[in-house]
Amino acid sequence: MLLAWTWMRASYQYPLSAAMMTVASFVVNALDIAAIWVIFAHVERLGGFSLPEVMLLYGTAGLSFGLADLLFGNVDRLSGHIRSGSFDTVLIRPVSPFVQVAVDRFSVQRFGRVLQAAVVLALAVPQLDLTASRAWMVPVMIVCGFAIFVSVFTLGAALQFLLTDAPEVANAFTYGGNQLTQYPLSIYGGELVRGVTFVLPLAFVNWQPALFVLDRDDPLGLPHWLRFASPLAALLLGLVAAAAWRAGIRRYRSTGS
Amino acid sequence: MIEVERAGRSFTHRRKAGVLRRERHVVHAVRDLTFSVAPGEFVGYLGPNGAGKSTTIKMLTGILTPTTGRVRVAGLDPSRRRTALARRIGVVFGQRTTLWWDLPLRDSFELVRHLYNVDQGDFRRRLAELEELLDLGSFLHIPVRQLSLGQRMRGDLAAALLHAPSVLVLDEPTIGLDVVSKAALRAFLRELNAERGTTVLLTTHDLGDVERLCSRVMVIDHGRLSFDGTLGDLRATAPEESSIEDVVARLYTGGG
Ligand SMILES: Nc1ncnc2c1ncn2[C@@H]1O[C@H](COP(=O)(O)OP(=O)(O)O)[C@@H](O)[C@H]1O
Ligand SMILES: [Mg+2]
Repeated sequence: MLLAWTWMRASYQYPLSAAMMTVASFVVNALDIAAIWVIFAHVERLGGFSLPEVMLLYGTAGLSFGLADLLFGNVDRLSGHIRSGSFDTVLIRPVSPFVQVAVDRFSVQRFGRVLQAAVVLALAVPQLDLTASRAWMVPVMIVCGFAIFVSVFTLGAALQFLLTDAPEVANAFTYGGNQLTQYPLSIYGGELVRGVTFVLPLAFVNWQPALFVLDRDDPLGLPHWLRFASPLAALLLGLVAAAAWRAGIRRYRSTGS
Repeated sequence: MIEVERAGRSFTHRRKAGVLRRERHVVHAVRDLTFSVAPGEFVGYLGPNGAGKSTTIKMLTGILTPTTGRVRVAGLDPSRRRTALARRIGVVFGQRTTLWWDLPLRDSFELVRHLYNVDQGDFRRRLAELEELLDLGSFLHIPVRQLSLGQRMRGDLAAALLHAPSVLVLDEPTIGLDVVSKAALRAFLRELNAERGTTVLLTTHDLGDVERLCSRVMVIDHGRLSFDGTLGDLRATAPEESSIEDVVARLYTGGG
């Protein structure tokens, strides 16, 4: 943490430009939600969900992803570190390599996305008049979603130990996962939804717990208990990701020289 | 301080051999390496290009996990206890800096201090000492990217010693340095070893380094140790009038 702070202080000699980048990232992400509003100008419901409901899905996914990306998104630069040889240096320091890669060139501008998602969520919640007996799930799903996205980032990074030349493959899962979870999963095909439920458990970021929050039936008729399974999914994926990361480091071959 | 027991490391390359066929091809960078280094020793590690010197160093520092055998440094298995080991070992790569390109040397040191959690008082004292011994004062404020090779090397060395490690390993620290920088570096390393008792292992192609610094020499060739002994022993392997270069050249070509 101290290291991240030092990075920000050392590399952000231009606070104005940092602020502008944050605003820019806020605006770019705002275009995302604008697209959703455009859709709702033409249809009443999207995949069976109303605008505030979709905004709830969007906001929770965005917040989870945004926080994960802000704090740990830099691990997707691992292959760059491997190719340049700077990962050797990371490994000889007494701080977890994962943390070091995450805070290297730590940039606050990603905060724009978090802010934007928080705003969308804040707009959505009052329109849904949720009861406390269901609303408690919202913070839980944000935390679990965060853990799931951090795990996905970690898995992507672990993959880069094998595919040093193809970091895009890993990015497809992280950023693609974010795009996917912004909309109700009911608009996608059943195969894909089963995939993101039982294989790469992105459905537990927001979809399953949101079904509980909104008190809706699962369009695919999956078991009811799944909507409480987000912590379990986050834990399992986290364990898998940690193991993959360790295996990656053991297989690390450095660069010849 | 360092124990290596039958350690080996191989790399698998996959080569295209035809349209879909791929050939696996294994390079044994280090095989069946056994040696140990006692505390306070100053060891030179020689060998021709591609012999496995850097691979050995990377196994000692926890960067590479050995494929076979056992490695212990300061009582720890480097690849399993990487962070614990990092506090006891200093590492310098001649070919590559461990500092941050864009930051002035002083800020790099400050980051190193945070990474190693070095107490502020100790940090000041050690930095002042290193600043004097390595003559860093004139370029502490310059970004690493703009330093000359000799300056960068001294900066790297200081950064590797700020946490007062008991072992120092250096991979070709004198590569590309001019005579003056080399002499300064050697004087510093000799003093570090003599005064502090820091164990030093260095790889080099410069036999001057070995003659002036090392009480012990190890030669590796094709991943195997082909000589381990004192400088005197090394000379004794060849006819008397041979220069040290000739002696080593004989070893590299498989004992003549
Ligand atoms: N990351 C790597 N991937 C594949 N082969 C490597 C790698 N690192 C080293 N090698 C091979 O291992 C052998 C020993 O290399 P190295 O330890 O760097 O030798 P030295 O430092 O003595 O010049 C060489 O044949 C080299 O090509
Ligand atoms: Mg080498």
